[in-house]
Amino acid sequence: MKILSTPRMERCIGCHSCSLACARLVYKHLSWNTAGIRIHSTGGLSTGFEAKPCLACNPAPCAMACPTGAFSQRNGGGVVVNKKLCIRCGACAETCPVDAIYLDSSGEPFVCIQCGRCVQFCPHDCLEMVEVPTHATLDEGQKEVGV
Amino acid sequence: MIRDCFRVLKVDLYTGRGYIEEIEGRNTYAGGSGLAAFLFSQLGFLDRSWDDPEQPLIFTIGPLTGYFPLMSKVVCAFKSPYHDQYAESHGGGRSALSLRFADLDALVITGKAKHPSCLVIGSRTLELNDVHYLWGKTVQRTGQILRQMAGGSGHRSILRIGPAGENRSAMACINVDTYRHFGRLGGGAVMGAKNLKAIVIVGDESFDLPPGKEYTQLFQKIYQQLTETSMMDKYHNLGTPINVGVLNGIQAMPCRNLQRTSDESISGITGETFADRALLRNTACAGCPVGCIHLGFVREKFKEPNEYLYRQVTYDHEPIFAMGAMLSVLDAFQVLTLLEASEKVGLDVMSAGVALAWATEAFEKGLISEKETLIPLKFGEAEAYSQAVKHLGTGANDFYRLLAQGTLKAAEQYGGMEFACVLGQEMAGYATGEVFFISQALGLRHSHLDAGGYSYDQKQKGKDVAQAVEFLVQDEKARVFLTSMVSCLFAREVYQEDTLVDCLNAVGYQSLAENVDSVSRRIQQMRWQMRIRTGFDPESVKIPERFKEVVTWRGAMDKNYLDSLQKVYTKRILEMAKLEKSVLPRKEGIRKEDEHA
Repeated sequence: MKILSTPRMERCIGCHSCSLACARLVYKHLSWNTAGIRIHSTGGLSTGFEAKPCLACNPAPCAMACPTGAFSQRNGGGVVVNKKLCIRCGACAETCPVDAIYLDSSGEPFVCIQCGRCVQFCPHDCLEMVEVPTHATLDEGQKEVGV
Repeated sequence: MIRDCFRVLKVDLYTGRGYIEEIEGRNTYAGGSGLAAFLFSQLGFLDRSWDDPEQPLIFTIGPLTGYFPLMSKVVCAFKSPYHDQYAESHGGGRSALSLRFADLDALVITGKAKHPSCLVIGSRTLELNDVHYLWGKTVQRTGQILRQMAGGSGHRSILRIGPAGENRSAMACINVDTYRHFGRLGGGAVMGAKNLKAIVIVGDESFDLPPGKEYTQLFQKIYQQLTETSMMDKYHNLGTPINVGVLNGIQAMPCRNLQRTSDESISGITGETFADRALLRNTACAGCPVGCIHLGFVREKFKEPNEYLYRQVTYDHEPIFAMGAMLSVLDAFQVLTLLEASEKVGLDVMSAGVALAWATEAFEKGLISEKETLIPLKFGEAEAYSQAVKHLGTGANDFYRLLAQGTLKAAEQYGGMEFACVLGQEMAGYATGEVFFISQALGLRHSHLDAGGYSYDQKQKGKDVAQAVEFLVQDEKARVFLTSMVSCLFAREVYQEDTLVDCLNAVGYQSLAENVDSVSRRIQQMRWQMRIRTGFDPESVKIPERFKEVVTWRGAMDKNYLDSLQKVYTKRILEMAKLEKSVLPRKEGIRKEDEHA
């Protein structure tokens, strides 16, 4: 399984192409908010940019907080979203430790689904899909290894 | 499409209240330049001064804003303090997408705030906040403070002015998101006259996309053209400063107040030198993957033995021309220091540099003295210019206050008209020849981007007046449609008419797509009518002698060719602006003056 990573954000030029691509291709929106990755300046444009993507937690606090099963654990990290089950309580966004879930004005959550469709739209290769071990192949304790 | 009409927010600074108006006319005025001219025709007062509080300050986007890459600019329209006529200035940063996602096609600001104020707007926000404590603050400090105060980080645009705008300098710019500007013709002074220190636009709305795959496939195709071909290399590699060395090599780089068209020491300020020595990184306007904004750095030792600070400064060809070549400041870091000084006070760097070049020559010739300039001005002396920029921006004395209204105004009083490098406004960084000089001097925005006159000079060998003028008219017509979409003009090779038609069709503007030519012509006419009705007389424009003394790779200027170009282009402009065939709509907009009389 692969997850989205943002290993080269120091190259980011703030064009928002990734956010716009996610909104366009995944959520069928014209938006820089209703997307699974969003770009912010790190305290003014002179200090560069940071992405707010889902870190593909495993287990994912947002999935555990979701009272209806709209968010469920994705194998390899992150969440699988079933919008039909969402009651727009906002618990997912409240629980997310890195502010990766955007709630629109109606309370609908928008989060990365680890599809990687944003990656090709980054002109400076800031983004990358990386392979992560799944539960099925993971030895006990292996996921604690690494920094 | 989001809607086929224009959704316009009109804000009255007297009351701090606004109202939304949905206005028909998409198939007539398109957006951007066309919408701005239409709104000014409805809400502007052609016969009142630029600083009449009722005059509108207008910001518009277009039907393709946000939908396609590089559709990332905003048109700002106002009555200019520079010439008291209708004016347009274009800017980028995050302003275009912020307006789009604030769900506005246009923002119109009228009235005058009771206190220095900051207007905050969004799809669900309208506030007018008292920010008297920001009055007098630099552009940078204002931005820092507003970033802390306003929400929507990353998805908002912060427009603000510095002391130059507060002082109503006709060279005051509106800074956009630190590194971009509505630079020319004094938009900053219009905000200053309205007691409006800043505008924060929060882009917090989202929209459904057209159904089907046509739109996303077209987006993909255009995106690939922009990012996977060499079409945009010039802009993200060395950026526009690549022109410095090229123009110098063909004797077309204005140097030392246009006393020369090349300088043997130009290597200190070429695009290559900036990239090698001073480039920190690139950045982009929101919605543009090209990233043409080049950021250099200024490093300053503030204490011995080794205490340093650094600041980031954006550079481009035009600023390097104005604060470098024109002032004979031929060191990249010294140029960056002057650009930063200009940014701080909120001056249009092009106008400021050219004005100081005139002041230096006037100083050398004894027309003015230290009594006026406060410090001795000398070509190449960057430290003196750093102080002079501050004096110009803050209006330190009568001389600087007059110079800040335009070089010709100062020259009228002190002499030196013949070497004032003014073509409608302070010249842009091209000394390519007669067609460019006439193009800027008579052009609607007095901008090198009104039409590609500088390119025509370089490509055409003959002196066919009719052909040259036809080129200017047709090129302007094509560009005016682009600036009605509102595209960055750097993308003009990508967004040819057939591609624009595809784009408009893909997002649902079929009627507009079918009438690109006639709509372009109408907008072109509307803008000229607005210029003429607010007082522009192309026939009376005088080209200063200095331009006639220019020698380029093609030899000396041909005065007869220059005169003929002006006559024929004037005739064409007046034909386009004929009032008996007015395409300006009848005025039926809402006037607010009675409420505040």
